[in-house]
Amino acid sequence: MLRLFLVAVFVSLTTFVQSAPLRITITEGVIEPLPYAAPAFIGETGASNELAIKITELIKSDLFGTGLFREVPKSSYISGINNFNSPIQYSDWKAINVQALLTGSVLLTGENLSVKFRLYDVFSNNELGKGLQFNSTKQGWRRIAHKVADEVYSRITGEQGYFDTRVVYVAETGKKGSRKKRLAIMDFDGANSNYLTDGSFIVLAPRFSPTGESVLYTSFETGTPQIYLIDVSTAKRTVLKNRKGTMSFAPRFSPDGQSVVYSLEQGGNTDIYVMNLKNSSSARLTSAPSIETAPSFSPDGSQIVFESDRSGTQQLYVMSSLGGSAKRISSGDGRYGTPVWSPRGDRIAFTKQSRGRFHIGVMRVDGSKERLLTASFLDEGPTWSPNGRVIMFTRETQGERGVSVLYSVDVSGRNLKKVSTRDGGSDPSWSPLGK
Amino acid sequence: MTKFGFYFCAILVIFLGGCSQNASAPFSASGTMSGSNAKFEGDASDPGSIAFFKNNVGDRVLFPIDQSDIDQSGKEILLAQADWLRANSEYKIVIEGHADERGTREYNLALGARRANSAREFLVSRGIQGHRIKTVSFGKERPVELCSKESCYSENRRAVSVVSNLNF
Repeated sequence: MLRLFLVAVFVSLTTFVQSAPLRITITEGVIEPLPYAAPAFIGETGASNELAIKITELIKSDLFGTGLFREVPKSSYISGINNFNSPIQYSDWKAINVQALLTGSVLLTGENLSVKFRLYDVFSNNELGKGLQFNSTKQGWRRIAHKVADEVYSRITGEQGYFDTRVVYVAETGKKGSRKKRLAIMDFDGANSNYLTDGSFIVLAPRFSPTGESVLYTSFETGTPQIYLIDVSTAKRTVLKNRKGTMSFAPRFSPDGQSVVYSLEQGGNTDIYVMNLKNSSSARLTSAPSIETAPSFSPDGSQIVFESDRSGTQQLYVMSSLGGSAKRISSGDGRYGTPVWSPRGDRIAFTKQSRGRFHIGVMRVDGSKERLLTASFLDEGPTWSPNGRVIMFTRETQGERGVSVLYSVDVSGRNLKKVSTRDGGSDPSWSPLGK
Repeated sequence: MTKFGFYFCAILVIFLGGCSQNASAPFSASGTMSGSNAKFEGDASDPGSIAFFKNNVGDRVLFPIDQSDIDQSGKEILLAQADWLRANSEYKIVIEGHADERGTREYNLALGARRANSAREFLVSRGIQGHRIKTVSFGKERPVELCSKESCYSENRRAVSVVSNLNF
């Protein structure tokens, strides 16, 4: 694992006083993207120039991808940035309506990489936050760029970023009907993709641990679906010890990472159980002849949302994490599945099937304020970005040549786009920030 | 096929004292599932062969949308499977439960398990020992027909009995 060091707050040119704070407030309404400029970071040596440009481009790509920022192109610049430490000519940037200005410098010394940046609130003639420096190896340049972009996003929106994150998912190759499925991990933008399993067995629905160090998933390795735990850095995997049953699947960690909630099927009936990872003891949380599956903890660990067809069709229910009675929260027409509690705790994302279409949607935890974000032949399996602002999911196209790919959409319903993956992809799980 | 169909009728006469037109309809062996292994299937002209089971007895039952109850034609297939399993006691089966693609992944795994178990319970109710029958669900992971139409979905909502003479 790459280590990055947040070395120091290194310079603050002025006291941080803002006349009119620069801020994008992310709301449900239409947002006019914030005009900003990011002149190519200054290469401190000739050897640093190439990387300086790549880092600047990646930061801009991250910011553009949010739909919240609009880059003012270089062709509009009145004055450029030739020296990272020179004073900013605010009037030159105001004149072209740049509201936020990002400058930076890159120093590559052998394998050691050092990146500094400053962010300016142009219309208040001030720095926004303080200059920062990140150090890493040359190989870690993408992570550094993501960290800078996270800082910019965070300072302007007031919310945590989500660029220095990874996604574990199922890479899909081969024909429908005999698809090869491999566990794969990549940066959130599709870079640095690696397989964690070799495709000898069907694998499904990986889920990150709260620390991002390990992943739970379901595999057909023994012929029957069973839950496995795999270490992300070593790819060493272990099967979860389980009580007697036919099939165990749909695992998710508790927020403290100490236990796993999952489904166990016995004699054709599927119920929800929770297992303590330290001593492998387990407890049964539901006991019904219907299908109870896809459990997900609330961020405080006190409740579990899950799906059940006890009413005759798939619907969403919330119960205490100790089990007991459950309250149905879904109430619209159609079928609801794969609920996932948001990291903020205020919403639940789900898959909805209605009138032959599949949707990703969100609702409040009491089931109110249902909102569908997508519609297609087959959308399913949402996962939240760690800041709760973006949802990634599986979209499958129809027909014999149908393929699965990953998509993301803002929780507002805006900014729907395909996620870059090497192969086809399904069942994404988003890591915590900085993992 | 005609010859095998006739053969099959003869067996049914012995076991059931009758030969229903429906039960003797041979099932296609195309699109078999992961558990089968052509090397060991033998010759379909041998009524004790796995090939005979697949081609003449019928290795699968189909289900309506989101259902796991065995309908009349499914019962007839399973009755024939029970007869064959009684006559060929050295074999065991794995019943693979499947769902069509119009559902979420986890739910379809659970639904496939329900279907496989429905078929298993029927066979047990007809006197086949439980230890000879395992079940596994593939959910929607292994469709046998690939189009996105009901004509394909109806073939994919299935419980397939895969015969094996190996221990499991």
